[in-house]
Amino acid sequence: MKINSFSAKNLKYDPSLSRNIGNKSLTVIASLFAAISVLPLVLVISYVLIKGGSYINWETLILEPEPPGDDLLSAGGIGPAITGTLIMTLIASIISIPVGIGGGIYLAEYSTSGRFANFIRFGSNVLAGVPSIIAGVFIYAIIVSTKILFGSMFSGIAGGISLSILMLPTIIKTTDEALKLVPNDMRNAAFGVGASKFTMISKITLPAAFRSISTGILLALARAAGETAPLIFTALFSRYYITSFNDLFYEMGSLSVLIYNFALEPYEAQNQLAWAASFILVVVLLSLNILSRWIAKLGSFSKSNL
Amino acid sequence: MKISNNKMMNKPEKGNKNYLKDNSISVSLDNVSIKYDNSVAVKNVFCDIKKNQVTSFIGPSGCGKSTVLRAINRMNDLIEGCKLSGSVIFEGIDIYAEDIDPVEVRRRIGMVFQQPNPFPKTIYENIAFGARVNGYKGNMDELVEESLKKAAVWEECKDKLNESGYSLSGGQQQRLCIARTISIEPDVILMDEPCSALDPLSTLKIEETIHELKKNYTIIIVTHNMQQANRVSDHTAFFNTEKKGKDVSGKVGFLVEFGKTKNMFNSPKQKSTQDYISGKFG
Repeated sequence: MKINSFSAKNLKYDPSLSRNIGNKSLTVIASLFAAISVLPLVLVISYVLIKGGSYINWETLILEPEPPGDDLLSAGGIGPAITGTLIMTLIASIISIPVGIGGGIYLAEYSTSGRFANFIRFGSNVLAGVPSIIAGVFIYAIIVSTKILFGSMFSGIAGGISLSILMLPTIIKTTDEALKLVPNDMRNAAFGVGASKFTMISKITLPAAFRSISTGILLALARAAGETAPLIFTALFSRYYITSFNDLFYEMGSLSVLIYNFALEPYEAQNQLAWAASFILVVVLLSLNILSRWIAKLGSFSKSNL
Repeated sequence: MKISNNKMMNKPEKGNKNYLKDNSISVSLDNVSIKYDNSVAVKNVFCDIKKNQVTSFIGPSGCGKSTVLRAINRMNDLIEGCKLSGSVIFEGIDIYAEDIDPVEVRRRIGMVFQQPNPFPKTIYENIAFGARVNGYKGNMDELVEESLKKAAVWEECKDKLNESGYSLSGGQQQRLCIARTISIEPDVILMDEPCSALDPLSTLKIEETIHELKKNYTIIIVTHNMQQANRVSDHTAFFNTEKKGKDVSGKVGFLVEFGKTKNMFNSPKQKSTQDYISGKFG
C-alpha cells in the first residue's frame, strides 16, 4: 500500500513544479508574440476593407477621376486605374511568363551543374531581392529617357516591362524547383519509350509541374500588381481610359499610383478615391494569394491526379 | 539531365570493321567497358544475346549488370560522365557510332525499370503516349487493348482505362509499364530488376508475362533473384567484381561466365559462379 500511494502521488501533475511553470509561461509568451505578429495583417486588411469598402459603388468603379479641386463633392472614379493595372500586369505577364518558364526549364532540365546555371540561379535570387524602385529607375533610363519605344516617353508598355523584371525571378525559381520535384523515374520512363527530350519536357514533366508553376505565376502577379515605385518612373499616371492600341504608348494610370497621388491630396473627395482604390487592390491581392494557395494545395506532383 | 555525347575511347574506325550480321543474334557486346567519370565500372564484356530468347544478367551488387543493361539502349547517356568503350552491336549496327540517334535506339530497344513508373496520366494515355511519340497512326484503342493483353494486365484494366495509372497495384503498374514498352513495338525489351519492388504473386505474373513475350521479343533481364533467372531465362550472364589493383581502391565489374541457363545452374565452369549460385556469397 505504501508503494501505491507513493507512486500515485508522484504521477500526478504538479503545477508548482518549476518545469511545469516554465512550460506554461513559454507557451503563453509564444502565443502572445504569434498574436502580435498577425495583428498588423489583420488590422491593415480590415481597416482598408472597412474604410475603403464604404466608398465603393458602381460609379466609383467605372468613372474617370476628376482633377483635384475641380469638384469638392465628387472626384469621379477609379475605372482607368483598374484597367491600367490590368493592362500593365498583362504586359508584364506576356513578357515574364515565357521567359521565366523557359529559364526555369533550362535550369532544371538542360543545364548540368555548370557555372552558367549556377550563375543564372544566383542572378535570379539577387534580382528577386532588388528593390522595386531600382527596376523603375532602370527602365526609366533605358526606355523612358531614351524614347526608344517609337518616341514615346512614359508609357504603359514601359510600366509593364518594369513590372516584368519584378515577376521574372519568382517565375524562374518556381519553375526550376517545380520541375526538380518531378521524380526522375518520369524522365527515364519517357526516354525508355523513345521520347525525345522536347517531348519528355512538354508532355511529361511540365504538365506534372504545372500546378506549382501556376502558383508561382500567381504570386508573382500579386507582387507586380501592387507595385508603385517602378510605375512612378515608367507609366506615370493618367486620368483617362485607354481608347486605342496607341494609348499604350502614353502615360497610363494604375491603382497603386492613384493611391500614391490621391491619398496626399488635401481634398476629401480624392482621399476617398484613394481608399476605394486600396480596397480594390487589397481584394485583388488577397484573392490572388488565396487562389495560389488553393492551387498549391492540389499538390505539386501528385500521382493520383491526372 | 544533359545528354552527353558519348565519345568512345577505342572507337572502331568506320568501315574498318564489318560486323557480320548473324540473324540469330540480336545484341552483341564487343569488348564493352564503361566508366563513370574516371573510375571503371565494368570492363571487357563480350556477350552475344540471342534473338527471341530471354537472357538474364545476375551477379552481386555493384558488379555493373544494370550499367551494362542501360548501355544497350543508351540510357547511360543521361548520366553525366558515363563513358563507354568497345561497341554495342544491335542487328549489325554499332549503336554508339556518331551518326546514331539515341532516341531511335530507344524506340527499338525498350526498357522497363526497377520501380514501376507509370506516367501521371490515365492507363489509356500511358500506353498511347509511347505509341504517339513513335508516330503510330493506326487504331489507338486496338493498340492499347493488344498491348495490355500481351502484358497480361488487360483483365484488371479494361474497366478503368480512364483512371490514373497509379490507381493500380504495384504489380499491375509494372505490367502496365511493360505494356507501355510493348506498345512501341520494340525488338528488344530490357528489364532492370522488374520484380524487385513486387510481392511474390505479382512476380509470378510478370514471369508468366515474360514467357509469353519471348515469342515476339528479345528480352534481357537483370535480376538479383537466382531462382528467377533460372525460371525465366534461356541464357545467363554472371557478373562479378574484383579489386581494381593492389594500389587502387574500388572494385570493377566483369563478366565471369555466359552460357545456357541450364548448364550454368547445373554445371558452372567457374568456381565463383558455383559459389554465387549456391549462395556462398553475394
